[in-house]
Amino acid sequence: MKTFHIGGVHPAENKLSAASPIRIAAIPKQAVFSMFQHIGAPAVPVVKKGDEVKVGTLLGEAGKGLSVPVFSSVSGKVSKVDAVLDSSGTRRMAVVVDVEGDEWEETIDRSDKLVTFKDLGGITSAEVVNRIKAAGIVGMGGATFPTGVKLMPPPGTKAEAIIVNAVECEPYLTADHRLMLEKPEQILVGIQLIKHAVNCPKAYIGIEMNKPDAIQLLQNLLKEKAAQYPGIEVVPLKVKYPQGGEKQLIDAVIGRQVPAPPALPINVGAIVQNVGTVYAIYEAVTKNKPLIERIITVTGKSVAQPSNFLARIGTPMQQLIDEAGGLPEDTGKIIGGGPMMGRALMSLEVPVTKGSSGLLLMTAKESRRGEVSPCIRCAKCVSACPMGLEPYLLASYTRLKDWDGCEKNDVTSCIECGSCAFTCPSNRPLLDNIRVAKQTVMGIIKARHMESISKK
Amino acid sequence: MNVILIAVIVLGAIGLVAALILFLAAKKFAVHEDERIALVQEQLPGANCGGCGFPGCAGFAGACVKAADKGSLEGLLCPVGGQPVMEKVAGILGMQAEASAPKVAVVRCNGTCESRPRIAEFDGARSCRVQQMLGSGETACAYGCLGCGDCVAACQFDAIHMNPETGLPEVDEEKCTACGACSKACPRGIIEIRLKGLKNRRVVVLCNNKDKGAQTRKACSVGCIACQKCVKVCKFEAITVANNLAYIDAEKCKLCRKCEDECPQNAILSFNFPPRKPKAEGTPAASTSTTAAKTASAGIKPVAVEAKPVAVEAKPVVAKPAASEATAPAGATTDNPKVEPAKEQEA
Amino acid sequence: MKPILSLSPHVHGGDSVQRNMYGVCIALVPALLASLYFFGVGSAIVLLTSVAACVFFEWAITRFILGRERLTICDGSAVLTGLLLGFNLPSNLPIWIIIIGALVAIGIGKLTFGGLGTNPFNPALVGRVFLLISFPVQMTTWPVSGQMGYVDVETAATPLALMKTAIKTGDASLLSELPSSLDMLVGQTGGSLGEVSALCLLLGCCYMLWKKIITWHIPVSILGTVFVLAGLFHLIDPSYANPVQVILSGGMMLGACFMATDYVTSPMTAKGQLIYGVAIGVLTVLIRDFGSYPEGMSFAILIMNGFTPLINTYVKPKRFGEVKK
Repeated sequence: MKTFHIGGVHPAENKLSAASPIRIAAIPKQAVFSMFQHIGAPAVPVVKKGDEVKVGTLLGEAGKGLSVPVFSSVSGKVSKVDAVLDSSGTRRMAVVVDVEGDEWEETIDRSDKLVTFKDLGGITSAEVVNRIKAAGIVGMGGATFPTGVKLMPPPGTKAEAIIVNAVECEPYLTADHRLMLEKPEQILVGIQLIKHAVNCPKAYIGIEMNKPDAIQLLQNLLKEKAAQYPGIEVVPLKVKYPQGGEKQLIDAVIGRQVPAPPALPINVGAIVQNVGTVYAIYEAVTKNKPLIERIITVTGKSVAQPSNFLARIGTPMQQLIDEAGGLPEDTGKIIGGGPMMGRALMSLEVPVTKGSSGLLLMTAKESRRGEVSPCIRCAKCVSACPMGLEPYLLASYTRLKDWDGCEKNDVTSCIECGSCAFTCPSNRPLLDNIRVAKQTVMGIIKARHMESISKK
Repeated sequence: MNVILIAVIVLGAIGLVAALILFLAAKKFAVHEDERIALVQEQLPGANCGGCGFPGCAGFAGACVKAADKGSLEGLLCPVGGQPVMEKVAGILGMQAEASAPKVAVVRCNGTCESRPRIAEFDGARSCRVQQMLGSGETACAYGCLGCGDCVAACQFDAIHMNPETGLPEVDEEKCTACGACSKACPRGIIEIRLKGLKNRRVVVLCNNKDKGAQTRKACSVGCIACQKCVKVCKFEAITVANNLAYIDAEKCKLCRKCEDECPQNAILSFNFPPRKPKAEGTPAASTSTTAAKTASAGIKPVAVEAKPVAVEAKPVVAKPAASEATAPAGATTDNPKVEPAKEQEA
Repeated sequence: MKPILSLSPHVHGGDSVQRNMYGVCIALVPALLASLYFFGVGSAIVLLTSVAACVFFEWAITRFILGRERLTICDGSAVLTGLLLGFNLPSNLPIWIIIIGALVAIGIGKLTFGGLGTNPFNPALVGRVFLLISFPVQMTTWPVSGQMGYVDVETAATPLALMKTAIKTGDASLLSELPSSLDMLVGQTGGSLGEVSALCLLLGCCYMLWKKIITWHIPVSILGTVFVLAGLFHLIDPSYANPVQVILSGGMMLGACFMATDYVTSPMTAKGQLIYGVAIGVLTVLIRDFGSYPEGMSFAILIMNGFTPLINTYVKPKRFGEVKK
């Protein structure tokens, strides 16, 4: 059984919502569309207060450089364009729409009919990429990197393998799992489109062994319709966190390791796309539907009905929780995303964004970290680190403010997966400290870079 | 005989070889030191207090020479020797001494536990920088003090401490050398290295919140809401409002304290002023505080206006006590100015 | 509700210092039972004194000398140090010597450096070596196993002493007096408490490996190195004991499985641990065969403890995507 080769941990899976089919969440009364739903430059609002919008209307166009547009997922009237508290806990530019009815732009094909690659009839690869870009698609696993950019390999590199990330290694989350069970063929068509876009003959779907039904389903489909979907292979993977990390997945599936930054996956010939992104690509290219809704898991040990919702982007989290049975009384922590890499939220007012893969409510008892005791140098963090770093060392360098030491010990390679803090028997906040070091060292490197440029 | 001779020869030879090695090593690894460093060091007090932010006087001397080679002595100050010593140092290095007024660290946040309700609870490494990564932190204010004491840890002079009651750091002005370490350590840039001001008196906007007024008010009861009232009341154009936040330029401020009275949020506070006239004496009717305060500041105003253009230290020292005596009859106030001039002379 | 804010990860694996420390204690239970079986009351007295003294000194020193509010006696490290120290002593050692050993182990070996996690040398070994050098007679008169008393027990030379004599005199026939390998494995030999039954120690070691308290690197590299090196000597000159007996005798098992694997004083990376293990193996064989003491394990481990920071500095784990230069 394949898996990645360095480190890794085994968190309790807690996939509570794995058996509950995707439910369509109600349309909210008011939707909030942040202009910062992706990595890179924010989108620029193109609507103003009082404007009428429909489902699929452009709200913000892509900013300069790395950016994507933002579309409305509801119809109604723009009530304000202002800074609003978003999931990161800071105020950022957003468009707020008061919902009236549910009117869609006519260009969007709302039928459920499967459109195959053949039906598209000789679409060019440039056209595929353009449609993806125009639909505002970003990586939906949580990193929210603009997908269009990823599908344009820089000169000198060539895509040799498309790897579809269907690992979902985060505990609790089941959005990707349900999507694969309910929309398998659409995903396969989406993979074909990506292969076509970057002219790559081979694609792999990496799925962990804890989703045997999805593996079975996709493998049967590929066997039945081998002629229709050539060059696609399902790769079952051993369950281990953080297999869903881009670099770890490439290592696990094709056995190549991406070197330290600034090297990119494409430098070893791989392009990784989350399975949710693949589905969004299918919808964008075949149905002309921009990224306006996504599947999000609402879960937690004391949540009445852990569910997977197909929610409009901009829906307040509060509404999804109400639909899943209400906020449990013993809630101590609200997490946007999974428990290993998700972000603790301050309030439930924040909306669903393009990168919201889950909403996890932890009970007060689970929420608190254990008491910190001294490092006993057990080296468990070193063997858990999937990047081959020494978390204990980086954390103590941070305490000593030895940024040089941090840089020499490759702190910038850290992927912030949290394996070190997860495994630490002394409950030390290793990742907290390493994040500080990473931030500082990145700043130092950038300053040095600017200095060297100005000298030239 | 032979034995003694051999011993002498052997030991002598070893000595010679060792001496040769030492000689070569001394030549090879000689550290060339700029002579100016020694000259500068002679001028320094030699207390090795570290008040300048460098390890001892030698370290400071080295830093001065280095800075002089770069063309400016800016930011370098021996807090013990003060201006006279810096002038001598500048003379040695062929530079002009910066007219450096003494500065002090000022924490520009007054969001105490009472005025700024905690809406969340932070659990993690006790570090402001870690908390900063979580958005606005424990309170709804994304600009205010996080209270984990990164500044306290950064201070080498034991000059800044957390007040457990308010949850805010407090600067010990006596110990503060204005080295700026706390300011750099603060991830929200709350701590400003500010002019100490005449007789250590300062009027400061104790807020750093750049949100709009309504949002600020929700997060904190003493936050600046950018209402512009202070700007209007200031006769010296010392106050500017940018990004929804008022700022008092310490160089232009004439310490009239009008803005302090005007601020509806009590976000502007003054430091080291003698206590004001008790307001009981004023009108007993509604809005007593503002009227009483206004009369008080009106009493001070002419003195301040008169004193400033002269810009000599001696004059206000004499003039101010007169004003404060007139306004406040309490004995404590007259004590204050007497102590302070002495301090200024020392510095 | 005030939500709790913290950075990810929001879940923890549930491992704790206590779990690891008491896990090692549990792994020592078979050896403990064996020592009770072979040495009776003496073993119980020595172990109880050692553990009680270690816990007492840990408590007293942190509380009254260091003035710490937070007490660390519950984390299990002092109990473990006490157990390991006890296992390194003969069963007829006077109580006052044990107490001195515990004081040195906890006071000098551990708390002088700041307590758990910061000590450069294995505290139990510091205690043992201190006693070995200070009280050589008491520390090297080993009661013959199978006696249940504490005082007035019959003592005899241990297999290690026999091996040493054989090497010194070059008389290989002496080695025939050694107990059989099977006896050494099960525990029919003299020696300190933890040395008698290699089998029980191996059982404990397997338990720790199963519970993932330790990794295989250190024990395997030590035992492997000793086996190969001792085998080489044995081939060249039969007056050196055969490698199986070398591995089963003395503190080899206790050292390789429990002392050298101490978290705090062993290297952090797998590669480093292998280097450390091999070096301990080589040093042990050299001290046993050419040094003046019959047992070299504790010295070898202490010497390599001293090198651990150096190993940590220069031996780095393989970084992800690292290209070999």
